[in-house]
Formats: sequence, C-alpha cells, structure tokens
Amino acid sequence: MRGIIVAEPIHLKLPLTPEDCARLQAGDSVRLSGPLYTARDAAHRRLFEALERGEQLPVSLKGETIYYVGPCPAPPGRVIGSAGPTTSSRMDRYAPRLIQEGLLAMIGKGERGPEVVQAMVEHGAVYFAALGGAGALIARTVRELEVVAYPDLGPEAIHRLVVEDFPAIVAIDCRGRDLYKEGRKPYINLTGAIV
Amino acid sequence: MREIAAEEITRVVAELCQEANFYLGEDLIAALKDGLAQELSPVGQECLRCLLDNAELAREERMPVCQDTGMAVVFADLGQEAMVVGADFNQAIEEGVRRGYREGYLRKSVVNDPLDRVNTGDNTPPVVHLRIVPGDRLTLTVAPKGFGSENMSALKMLTPAQGVEGVKRFILDTVLQAGGNPCPPVVVGVGIGGTMEMAAILAKRALLRPVGSSHANPFYAGMERELLAAINQSGIGPQGLGGRITALGVNIETYPTHIAGLPVAVNISCHVTRHRSRTL
Repeated sequence: MRGIIVAEPIHLKLPLTPEDCARLQAGDSVRLSGPLYTARDAAHRRLFEALERGEQLPVSLKGETIYYVGPCPAPPGRVIGSAGPTTSSRMDRYAPRLIQEGLLAMIGKGERGPEVVQAMVEHGAVYFAALGGAGALIARTVRELEVVAYPDLGPEAIHRLVVEDFPAIVAIDCRGRDLYKEGRKPYINLTGAIV
Repeated sequence: MREIAAEEITRVVAELCQEANFYLGEDLIAALKDGLAQELSPVGQECLRCLLDNAELAREERMPVCQDTGMAVVFADLGQEAMVVGADFNQAIEEGVRRGYREGYLRKSVVNDPLDRVNTGDNTPPVVHLRIVPGDRLTLTVAPKGFGSENMSALKMLTPAQGVEGVKRFILDTVLQAGGNPCPPVVVGVGIGGTMEMAAILAKRALLRPVGSSHANPFYAGMERELLAAINQSGIGPQGLGGRITALGVNIETYPTHIAGLPVAVNISCHVTRHRSRTL
C-alpha cells in the first residue's frame, strides 16, 4: 500500500475538502492541522437523538472532523491533558447518521463496522487511526481547546480543538479500503495455529 | 496490634493512582523494546517507537501515559495483626482515589449507575479486592484499568471434557476477536479454575505479574509461551494495523475447581498495563 512505503507524511489543513478525502488512500500517513470537534459515547447519543427528533445540532457537522476522545483535564499552564483516541466501534451505531449530516472525517482507533464503511463510501468520508495509548504525545499537538456543547458531560463534552501536525494514518479510505484488513495479510502465519 | 492510620492509606492510594498513570513499568518498556526489535511491519515499528516516546514524555512531564486513566482497581492485602485507625478503611481508599485523580489531573471516567450513567465527577468508587494475610503490614496495589481493553475481555464456563484444547481455543478466540480495539500490543491475563467470579479475579491478578515472567508450573509456563507465539502469528499487530507484535505477554493464574467445571476468564489489557504497589 502506498502509505506504508511513503516515508513523508501528507500535511493536510482541517476542515478537509471532499477533494482531500478523495485523494487519501488507506495506509497514508498524515499530519492534520486546524479545527476539529471531539465527541465520544454520550455526546454521540445526544447528537443522534437530536437528529431523530428533527432538532438542529449544537454545532454544524458539515465538512467537519470528529475526534473520538475524552481528554484528561489540563494541568496548570497547559491546553489539555493526555488526549489519545478511544475505541471507534462504540460510535458505529451513530456514525452513519452523522456522515449523512455531512461529517467528512473521523479519528479514532480500531475497526469499523460495514454500515459505517458503506456510509463513508456513499458520502466520500474518511476514517483516520490515531495512536491509541499515546495520550501524552498527541496532547502536544493541541493548540486550543474550547467546550462548545454538552458541558455537563465533563470529559465527554463536545470540545472544539485546534491541532497542529496531529499524527494519524488513513485506516479506511473513501473507497472502503481497510488497513485493518489489508495491513494484516502479510503477517498472518497460519502455521502458527495451535488448536 | 500495629496501628495504621487511615489518613496514611488515603495519602498512599492518592500517590499510587498518579504514579501508576504517569510511569509505565520497566517490564512493559522492556517488552515494547523487544517487540520493536522483532516487528517486521514498518507501520508497526512506527507505532511501537511512538509508544516508547510517549512513555518517556509522560514520565518526564508527569502526564498520564493514556487519557483513559481507568477505573481504579485497588488490591489490599491487610495483615491480620494490623489495625486501621482514624477512619473507615474503605472510605480511606475511596478518598485516596478521589484525591489522586483530582491532584494528578487524571480523567474522571466513572458513572454512578450502569444505566443512568451520570459521571460521579471524582472517579469514585474504586473496585477494592481485600485479602486478610498473616503479619502486621498493609500492601496496597493500585491498578487503573482502561475500558478499551476491559470491554474486550470475556469469561466462559467450559466443561471438563473441553480440556486444554478448549481453554486455548477460548483464549485465542477472545484475543483475535478483540482485534485492534484494545490497543495492541496487549497483555493477556488469564484465570483458569475456581468459580465464575474467582476465574475473573485470577485473570485480573494475572495482569499484576510482570510481563516476561512465567507461571511457576512448567506446564502452564509452556502454555503461556505457546499462546503468545500463536497470538503473534495472527497478523493483527500494533494498533491492529498489521504486524507481528499483537501481544507482549500471556500471564495465566490457576486455582482448584469443581469436578463438573472448567471456568476460564480472559482479561485483556492494553500496552499501558499499569499498577503500582506500596507496603505500609
């Protein structure tokens, strides 16, 4: 895959354009700079339920990027505490609806279900993997933080972050190519079966 | 009776909550370095390098290694000749967790009720496992457990006829099904035997054993090595993006069980398998 042999990451401005998404391929290494929103389990549920009721969302998702994260509180003198990605599959139930609403990119960790991949292909969206468990490293790329919705949810509130050179890998591209499947093939050794 | 002040318990639990989250154990650092030397996938190598950098940065800056600073699991081994004075023992531990998570700027990840789900705001209550042991000391271990990996854990009541093959199959299936979700490379804690809840607690305690150590019984030590080798041929790799290093260790703990049963619990833990202990 292209990204595995490309040594230099692709630098992209947020919010992404549909053309940016169309160019990216599973396996590409990227550095993202610009604004994005955070949302995880509880915020997704609220966004989804608001849409079901026909209400307007507290923030427009059109063309935006959502980072699945619940950051640690910021120690004095810092913008944010540790801020690595959470498991994306818990958001699978809600993600297709948000993609329909215009969401163009998601950042998280781990595999996505077929409904999410299908919605991504239909709407030209992309899914990035950030490095799970690298909360301290990722926190360094966050320049600004503001709570913009659901403050009662604490770490699960929707924050607007401005990031600079946020490191990620294209895990699933807008054609549905999936690094969680293709990336593993060369390393599967069936002779290792013990039962 | 030797007296142990409840306030001392609170102070130590607060420190351990922070140290466990800031300082990744030397056993894990060594295992990540070994993994990097063995990893063939360029993406996998880059992941492992970043995780080592992240651990170093966290240590230097006293930042949590991972933002999921966990639900606090506290193991307390209380000597039968020691007496806790000054306050309620369980409240002393709870206050330590409250203080540690506040003072360490750790994330508050606990909700008051599994279905009502309102954040308690101070990461309490913890889960406490108390044992009464000989002597007059108190050993406290704080093991913050993140739920990306906790969610991928499983327990099954096998039958004796399913035997060793059934046990290995269940452990492997659980790890393979978890895929990239639990932040591989993982540490796999396994409890075999006892009753249903005993197997789960054994699996949790297995995660306290240093990565790279072996079960005292050569049979189980061999099973740990065999399972680790098999898991690392799954192709899942670091972060699930493909590679050799899917697990850093498999730790098995066992206990006698009933003539009719073969309980097996698999507690999956991420590369941030945290625990710190102190004896008072």
